[in-house]
Amino acid sequence: MKNQNLNINQEYKYGFTTDIESIKAPKGLSEESIKFISNIKKEPSWMLDWRLKAFKRLKTLKEPNWQKPKYPKIDYQDLYYYSAPKSSSNKPKSLDEIDPKIIETYKKLGIPLVEQQRLNGIAVDAVFDSVSVATTFKEELTKKGIIFCSISEAIQKHPELVKKYIGSVIPLSDHYFATLNSAVFTDGSFVYIPPNTRCPMELSTYFRINASETGQFERTLIIADKGSYVSYLEGCTAPMRDENQLHAANVELIALDDAEIKYSTVQNWYPGDKDGVGGIYNFVTKRGICKGKNSKISWTQVETGSAITWKYPSCILQGDNSVGEFYSIAITNNHQKADTGTKMIHLGKNTKSKIISKGISAGFADNTYRGLVDINEKATNSRNYTQCDSLLMGNKCGAHTVPYIKNKNSTSTIEHEATTTKINEEQLYYCNQRGLDQEEAVSLIVNGFCKEVLQQLPMEFAVEAQKLVAISLEGSVG
Amino acid sequence: MLNIKNLKVSVENKLILNDLNLKINPGEVHAIMGPNGSGKSTLANVLSGKKGYEIQGEILFDETSINDIAVEERAQKGIFLAFQYPVEIPGVNTNVFLRTSLNSIRKSKGEKELDTLTFLKLIKEKAKELGIDEKFLSRQLNVGFSGGEKKKNEILQMKLLQPKLSILDETDSGLDIDALKIVADGVNSYKKKDNAFLIITHYQRLLDYIKPDFIHVLSKGKIVKTGSAELALELEKSGYKNL
Repeated sequence: MKNQNLNINQEYKYGFTTDIESIKAPKGLSEESIKFISNIKKEPSWMLDWRLKAFKRLKTLKEPNWQKPKYPKIDYQDLYYYSAPKSSSNKPKSLDEIDPKIIETYKKLGIPLVEQQRLNGIAVDAVFDSVSVATTFKEELTKKGIIFCSISEAIQKHPELVKKYIGSVIPLSDHYFATLNSAVFTDGSFVYIPPNTRCPMELSTYFRINASETGQFERTLIIADKGSYVSYLEGCTAPMRDENQLHAANVELIALDDAEIKYSTVQNWYPGDKDGVGGIYNFVTKRGICKGKNSKISWTQVETGSAITWKYPSCILQGDNSVGEFYSIAITNNHQKADTGTKMIHLGKNTKSKIISKGISAGFADNTYRGLVDINEKATNSRNYTQCDSLLMGNKCGAHTVPYIKNKNSTSTIEHEATTTKINEEQLYYCNQRGLDQEEAVSLIVNGFCKEVLQQLPMEFAVEAQKLVAISLEGSVG
Repeated sequence: MLNIKNLKVSVENKLILNDLNLKINPGEVHAIMGPNGSGKSTLANVLSGKKGYEIQGEILFDETSINDIAVEERAQKGIFLAFQYPVEIPGVNTNVFLRTSLNSIRKSKGEKELDTLTFLKLIKEKAKELGIDEKFLSRQLNVGFSGGEKKKNEILQMKLLQPKLSILDETDSGLDIDALKIVADGVNSYKKKDNAFLIITHYQRLLDYIKPDFIHVLSKGKIVKTGSAELALELEKSGYKNL
């Protein structure tokens, strides 16, 4: 029958490497390699001191081990902490100066860096291994006083902002991977939106890990000043490699009074092959603070890639009446593993949070939702609503929900709903009877299951995300 | 159009249909009646290609065997099943589902897929013919639909997909008289000389509105009697016991 002839494993579409000469830091984690990074980036001394402080702290920390997915020990001395395309050691000033091979890579990824992109109305800050190669739309944004550049550039040109906010949400001593990032972070994006300004376009970063044996440690810092609004999208891919690569990013968001930040991620790192060989370890720390009153931070993530995804994009609701939202789709197929969720820390009065999590497991995969809702004593009249739905495909995968709920005052309410379902044979049969083949049917049903989250994505990316959802699950039923 | 030869169907070694023969020509309306457990719904499922049945004998559709053909390919060839219990698919708009379905079938025939606007125009027309409110189309597929709405939705899909053979599996069950009339009108307005119907029903009620050319009585997996529309009235009076 036709069902048996389905393409069992969709090849990872982005599994090409680009042959470019690169400059690397000395192998291994040491003061020397940190100084190398700081030096090559011509950082001011306060930045180097900050990194070294993090490194000192790191030596006292242990890798956490409480997560569900276990992984073989990472040899931190066997990694390169900096790798940059050689041609960019003198940073290009315009798109014309960028190595055509890099532009070619981005074309394959479907990110056009050139002018045609204006049509999309998306400004892209592209990170290739460790260096931000080009930032488009800069001029248009500059007119409004918006700063959108690489973090390296921001350290040099806007030290007062970076100094004030870096590490203010994720402190130096936070936990092993966050502290590691603080010591060795290489590049990432920086965004500042001035007061009462609505960013006129979606800002977007595209990360890509190219060189082998490199970790990618980006650092992203987004500050929305009073009464401003910004929507930011991050997309990720990596070439196919047999060995596992570590990706430990830190993302900090700061929303002041009446400001709103919407941060969306479509993560499609290489998940390893169908037997679980290779793939990215995606151990990322993302945290936002609603510092001002009436501020709002909204995280949306579509996680389809990586061998292991381990992250909890979180909100600290400090300002009164502030709002935190977390919308998540985590898809694991074959031998992929995910342990993801969020933390909502309510500190201000009348703060609200909403968590919608959709986990989908297929093959031999294991998917855990882990989330904390913590309503403080002073956070009176606060509310949380959590909904965690898991969908299982086949009988060799797993889904787990681990909620931690703390309510420390009597005027606040917390609601938690959770469901676990198996993909329904009757639904598939119904779709088939209407002419849809197995793949179309699965795609339709799963996209329906994820709808509440998908509709949070900016229009341009919602369609892509829907396709990605379908591709990630190809061959998982039938 | 449909030619069933010596069909034997069993589930886990339990024989459900035993040596069933049935021939349906274009333009004909056949009704299958019979007591509970006589194998009526099994016949509908087997014709649509549902998995989980052991099958012997032959099912020919347009002169070719469809025994080994998957559910979706049978649908693409023009076999439509109006379900007794249409399933709910949360998060999927009725509109989106119907368009995906129509386009899958069009694609299989090498026809151009319809864009959203053309489709909307078409579906609104079809809905209007059946007296179905437009708002109904933007609801999630069958989610929170009443029994009558679900059945009307099945008939709407039939009229949209234009199948050659429409199988109605107890479409009349649980319907009030108004909904029953809408369903019957839907069938009657779609009836043409090049398509055919197989109507599975427990009661004679639906056959007051849809006039079948043949009535077959199914009992213990076999067609035990075939007759004209009058047979239904007879059965209504004396029940299935005498057969």
